[in-house]
Amino acid sequence: MNKLDQLFSSRKKNILNIYCTAGYPTLESTSTVMLALQKSGADIIELGIPYSDPIADGPVIQQSNMHALQNGISIEKIFLQLNEIKDQLKVPVILMGYLNPVMQYGIEKFCEDAANAGVSGVILPDLPMYEYEHFYKALFEKFGLFVIFLISPQTSEDRIRKADKLSKGFIYAVSSSATTGKETDFPQQQAYFKKIKNMKLNNPVLIGFGIKDKTTFDMACKHASGAIIGSAYIKALENSKDIARSTASFIGDILNP
Amino acid sequence: MKKTISKIKNLSNPDKQGYYGDFGGAFIPEMLYPNVEELRSNYLKIIATKKFKSDFKALLADYVGRPTPLYFSKNLSAKYGAKIFLKREDLCHTGAHKINNTVGQVLVAQHLGKKRIIAETGAGQHGVATATVCALMGLECIVYMGEKDIERQAPNVARMKMLGATVVPATSGSKTLKDATNEAIRDWINHPDDTHYIIGSVVGPHPYPDMVARFQSVISKEIKKQLKKCTGKNLPTHVIACVGGGSNAAGAFYHFINEPKVKLISVEAAGCGINSGKSAATSQLGTPGILHGSKSLLMQTADGQVVEPHSISAGLDYPGIGPMHANLYKSGRAIFMSATDEEALAAAFELSKTEGIIPALETAHALVVLKDIPFKKTDSVVICLSGRGDKDLATYMDHL
Repeated sequence: MNKLDQLFSSRKKNILNIYCTAGYPTLESTSTVMLALQKSGADIIELGIPYSDPIADGPVIQQSNMHALQNGISIEKIFLQLNEIKDQLKVPVILMGYLNPVMQYGIEKFCEDAANAGVSGVILPDLPMYEYEHFYKALFEKFGLFVIFLISPQTSEDRIRKADKLSKGFIYAVSSSATTGKETDFPQQQAYFKKIKNMKLNNPVLIGFGIKDKTTFDMACKHASGAIIGSAYIKALENSKDIARSTASFIGDILNP
Repeated sequence: MKKTISKIKNLSNPDKQGYYGDFGGAFIPEMLYPNVEELRSNYLKIIATKKFKSDFKALLADYVGRPTPLYFSKNLSAKYGAKIFLKREDLCHTGAHKINNTVGQVLVAQHLGKKRIIAETGAGQHGVATATVCALMGLECIVYMGEKDIERQAPNVARMKMLGATVVPATSGSKTLKDATNEAIRDWINHPDDTHYIIGSVVGPHPYPDMVARFQSVISKEIKKQLKKCTGKNLPTHVIACVGGGSNAAGAFYHFINEPKVKLISVEAAGCGINSGKSAATSQLGTPGILHGSKSLLMQTADGQVVEPHSISAGLDYPGIGPMHANLYKSGRAIFMSATDEEALAAAFELSKTEGIIPALETAHALVVLKDIPFKKTDSVVICLSGRGDKDLATYMDHL
């Protein structure tokens, strides 16, 4: 059974998904960061595959991508790093990245190596549903990798249904029309969240973009199964001298202040 | 090669999903889907309306100054042994072909009820052309420009500001055209309702490559008519254009693409030399990949990270080419050549001294290959003189 299904079948509320960038802050810190996230109480780890041109990301994650690439990270190294700790990682791991590096690595090889490295799911924001459905779906399914699609406040109901049909694990609801790390006006999104809730989708919904602390996390959890935090955690790592301690305090502030 | 060409019915327009052969498509994050879909499902309808057609035609004639002359260049003809014509896009209002597209897109934006216009720019020509039409139509205009390009294209930055546009420096990555495009895309994600993104070249997600090519196709439409007057035939033997993203080439080729007798020659920027590590010759150095929403040829590492290109001309300093051009390359329909920084400079000085025309650095690349093509005396060769060189004076003065 896919770890994402295991997680959501045991718990449907307050799921905390934390994003981190592979190879950031240092090349070798990927495993330290991931193990610290697990120990501190993250329910899902979303591991970013750095890319030179991350168009859906705001400045904080862009910078972390640049640093990680300068540190020498690559998909090949990410799989090596994951393979070293896969037995220690109990929480589901999702890879988040842009299509081009994955395409150059080879989509089939990527799926195979990801599955072998214990990865449960994949988020590729610039992989359109049409392309996925017609060209890639069978490959991801062959290796048991869940593909998670994004929806935004502008996404039509038909398309939300389609994303729900194609997604496995959960649906990633972008909280507002923005790039990652942007401040969002939560109360304004109430209608959007209610609409999604009332649609009674097959997949659980996690809310992302603009979630940064206890207040925003709790607000998101009122409307969905949980939330995704990215930029705020990367910021916490930026000046960290002790990854384990910074991670524990960052997550502690959200879960048990 | 001939077989491949005859098998492909239409090389000038994409299929329903936006593909030119293997290239094109719309690889965009979901947050952009409604914007791009609104455009995709409306652009052909809008440009077929009577109102659009008459507005576009009138603005191109009275505001842009079309038709631009097709000038028979006696001196170049004598030197290279063929009938050489220059399509004078440098005489368009604002000094380059870029305004053909911005006039078209601003009218589309108005039909869609958009109040805010964003654009990316490299050399600043597209930024100026966008700022110009926004001033004309009273629309807010924000232009993203690489920090490095802002330094090397100061006159165009000043022009945009004078036209009332806000110029926002792109400080990420290589700080050039690629990064300005990333920033414009991010802006569009953050403004999904009121904003239209005027892409300046035949790049980006479907329908941009096709829409921009259609607006620029006025170049080859005029060439056909004008050539008939000059030579009695409406088909040239050769059409030559420089290619960065490829908008002037798309326009100059458009009505000849499905005429196999016409040789189409695309000239890329070799920078310091194709194998120097400082080049922008995408067809030679690129492999299939995805950038800025479409699948095309792309300069990238084995890991799929986009490589920083180099060209002396900011307008050709781009690591990709439009999907239409990638398909013209792959199918063998267009011949791809290249010109180095030095050769482009020399060609700019040559044209200035022999014809009294100072070309843009981008355009100068197209002139370089004249010496490399074996012409017959009876050949009629059209070079798209895409822009004028005022913006490059600082570079030219360093080499006087």
